[in-house]
Amino acid sequence: MLAQVKSCSIFGLESFLVDVEVDISSGLPAFDIVGLPDVAVRESRERVRAAIKNQNFDFPIKRITLNLAPADIRKEGPHFDLPIALGILAATSQMSIEALTDYAIIGELSLDGKVRPVNGVLPMAIEIKEKGLKGVVVPLENDEEASVIEGINVIGVTSLSEAVAFFNGEFKPKKNQVVKDDQRQSVTFDGDFSEVKGQENLKRCLEIAAAGHHNIAMIGSPGSGKTMIARRIPTILPSMTFEESLELTKIYSIAGLLSNHSGLIRQRPFRAPHHTISNVGMVGGGRIPKPGEITLAHNGVLFLDELPEFPRDVLELLRQPLEDGKVTIARANATITYPCKFMLVTAMNPCPCGYYGDPFHECSCSPHQINRYLSKISGPLMDRIDLQLQVAPVKYSDLEGPSTTDSETIRKRVEAARLIQLERYKGQNIHCNSQLTPNLIHKYCKLDKDGKLLMKEAFHNMKLTARAYNKILKVARTIADLDNKSSIKEHHLAEALQYRNIDKYYQNLRI
Amino acid sequence: MKEDGLLLVALNLIPDLGSLKIQSLAERFKSFSDFMKAKPNDLLEIPGIGEKICEKIIAYKSKIEPHREIEKAEEQGIRIITLFDEDYPEQLKQIYDPPPVLYIKGQRPVLDNNAIAIVGSRKASAYGRRVAINFAKELASMNINIVSGMARGIDSFAHKGAIDAGGPTTAVFGCGLDIVYPPENVALMQRIIECGSVISSFPLGVVPLPMNFPARNRIISGLALGTLVVEAAEKSGSLITAEFALEQGREVFAVPGNIFSPYSRGTHKLIKQGAKLVENTDDILDELYLERIHNRDGKEEFDLNKLSVPERAIFELIDYQPIQIEQLIEKTQSNSRDVNAILTRLELKGLIQALPGGYYVKN
Repeated sequence: MLAQVKSCSIFGLESFLVDVEVDISSGLPAFDIVGLPDVAVRESRERVRAAIKNQNFDFPIKRITLNLAPADIRKEGPHFDLPIALGILAATSQMSIEALTDYAIIGELSLDGKVRPVNGVLPMAIEIKEKGLKGVVVPLENDEEASVIEGINVIGVTSLSEAVAFFNGEFKPKKNQVVKDDQRQSVTFDGDFSEVKGQENLKRCLEIAAAGHHNIAMIGSPGSGKTMIARRIPTILPSMTFEESLELTKIYSIAGLLSNHSGLIRQRPFRAPHHTISNVGMVGGGRIPKPGEITLAHNGVLFLDELPEFPRDVLELLRQPLEDGKVTIARANATITYPCKFMLVTAMNPCPCGYYGDPFHECSCSPHQINRYLSKISGPLMDRIDLQLQVAPVKYSDLEGPSTTDSETIRKRVEAARLIQLERYKGQNIHCNSQLTPNLIHKYCKLDKDGKLLMKEAFHNMKLTARAYNKILKVARTIADLDNKSSIKEHHLAEALQYRNIDKYYQNLRI
Repeated sequence: MKEDGLLLVALNLIPDLGSLKIQSLAERFKSFSDFMKAKPNDLLEIPGIGEKICEKIIAYKSKIEPHREIEKAEEQGIRIITLFDEDYPEQLKQIYDPPPVLYIKGQRPVLDNNAIAIVGSRKASAYGRRVAINFAKELASMNINIVSGMARGIDSFAHKGAIDAGGPTTAVFGCGLDIVYPPENVALMQRIIECGSVISSFPLGVVPLPMNFPARNRIISGLALGTLVVEAAEKSGSLITAEFALEQGREVFAVPGNIFSPYSRGTHKLIKQGAKLVENTDDILDELYLERIHNRDGKEEFDLNKLSVPERAIFELIDYQPIQIEQLIEKTQSNSRDVNAILTRLELKGLIQALPGGYYVKN
């Protein structure tokens, strides 16, 4: 007999429907799967056989042929276990097949017939809705994730028998609360800016960075609180829109990083890969390319601590994604584009020993060592980092001091500034100041007389380069937006000039 | 070039032959052709020449080509002056063991000026940088030749200060003049050649080996009336230069620093041993009986009344001791926004200076 069950498979960030066709005929007992299954799919034969037996169903001693259509795309993952098992049961009339074609089925089986959680449920649920199916059967642990998508029935099951019972009309799943858009406001974070005592200058700088989506480099000796404060950057970034959340959750779902029973991700991600990371780990890759750290930091923060310790080629890989906001990975089997709009936050010591520029400690590095240390970061990468700041070590009095502005207050200011930018750049194909090209800088960062005078003076006295000049204008634009001023004033520029190029700190090394 | 000069150039090409030995050899043989005919026995007669050195000289005799060396130097715009030449720098001639041969590139006449050597640590602090630049600037503007070694740190800043004032400066190399060491100073060397000179006692192509530097330091102190040590760690090449200066009967000056700073150990040691403590260029000029040519301070005083109230408040907090921006924010009870803007204005007015590490000092 023949039975057909619907399921889904993932390709990159997208998903496509898969028809699982089961044919059972007489002949020598066999169990074959065709339709480009990968190893995990082929192994599901053993899990399915044991699960059917252990849930007190009969496994047919016949010739079983299984086809996964469309047959020309490779299928990955163990989530075909449950549809295959249901297909076999349907083909041998051990369950009702009436509702079977209205639902897609996703789930991995254990040998005793329990259903285990799988990755990529969210993008599959989106595809299932788009293809007009009535609902989806998922492992109970993935129930919240699938429920993010409105308009389809999500049936969470814990075992093969429960799934069979559902199709026989004997099992009613409990209704799941759909996550509403307005519930986004109640995002809770682990940290808050008010917990960071002192470091007023750094906090201000981060506020500017968040408001204009500027990348930022922090230079300071170990223990100056760079990592602690970097972790809190997501708390001052604007709240994610539903679309942003959905996109991010899709990525995490595919990467298998969603915890069980979690719905939409509403916190912006913070990724801090260790500096031993490989090229593939950073941008993504593999036989069928998987998302890398830059994609996992999509809509959030990618924090690179000890920047010069990262292999130079890994850092160079960041250049193009920083520019484009997406990365295309081409491999023999597939070419996949992943989004990666992230804010790059880096931290580094001023020199290998950490004391360069400290008037009270002797730096034990030779100028050559310092130059070599700095030369690991290429000019083109530094060009994409608008704000560069020296971080002072935390003092005891700061630890005891009163708490300061909290993240929410800062976030509101950031959101207001972002709104101004969105409005201004309508139809320009950019949405924040960091994306301004030299042409657009000319258009949107006009200076008044005082401003021009200041910049002229600064250009000569501080020996600015043309690049540094543009960066300062972009940052000044953001400062003006935070100040809710339509034009850049002299004091905006004066402030921006203090967050200027890293070069000035190393002038002692050069003549 | 005369025969005796040629001989000095030739002898200078033999490695490890000190200037005193070269001089005795030159006295004995008088000309290059005579020297080429010398037998080992002739060499051994000269006091100070033992068997080992004799063998070495014999081995090198056939290899050295002083004519070729002079040609090569001329091709690169380098002049060779020997002890027998009229225009060998007078100051240097007076020391106990003047280098027999000098390679010179740039303006030869600056070597006749009164000269002060400014030396110090390769890893300079911001304070040392300022001292070196300011002293060099002021002295050079009085047409005093600033002699240093073009090493990293204080040496380079001393040259830079002199160049900024458009005054004379001389860099003494510890390697052949065709090699730039440290390599990043290529541009600096070019500027030194424009307004001063670079000199070396080493033949072309000699690499900067550590053992060459004491010989170079001897020339630095020898060219100058006095040596100013700006910053030096406890064990520093600058202290060797100071020692040479004393041996040569020249003055030693030292700039004091922070007693906690490791870079001041060496200079404080010198002061304890009797070096003159120097606070300004007058201290140097008085000691050397030199006339001051210009006013001490070329720059006009900035009228502090022109500053706005908040600008003034912040400026008054910034002293010669580096202070961090976080402290400024805390002390003024102001916010980072305004403080940053004010710092830029003060910086542009030349009243303060931004240092590495996010520190600021008064200029």
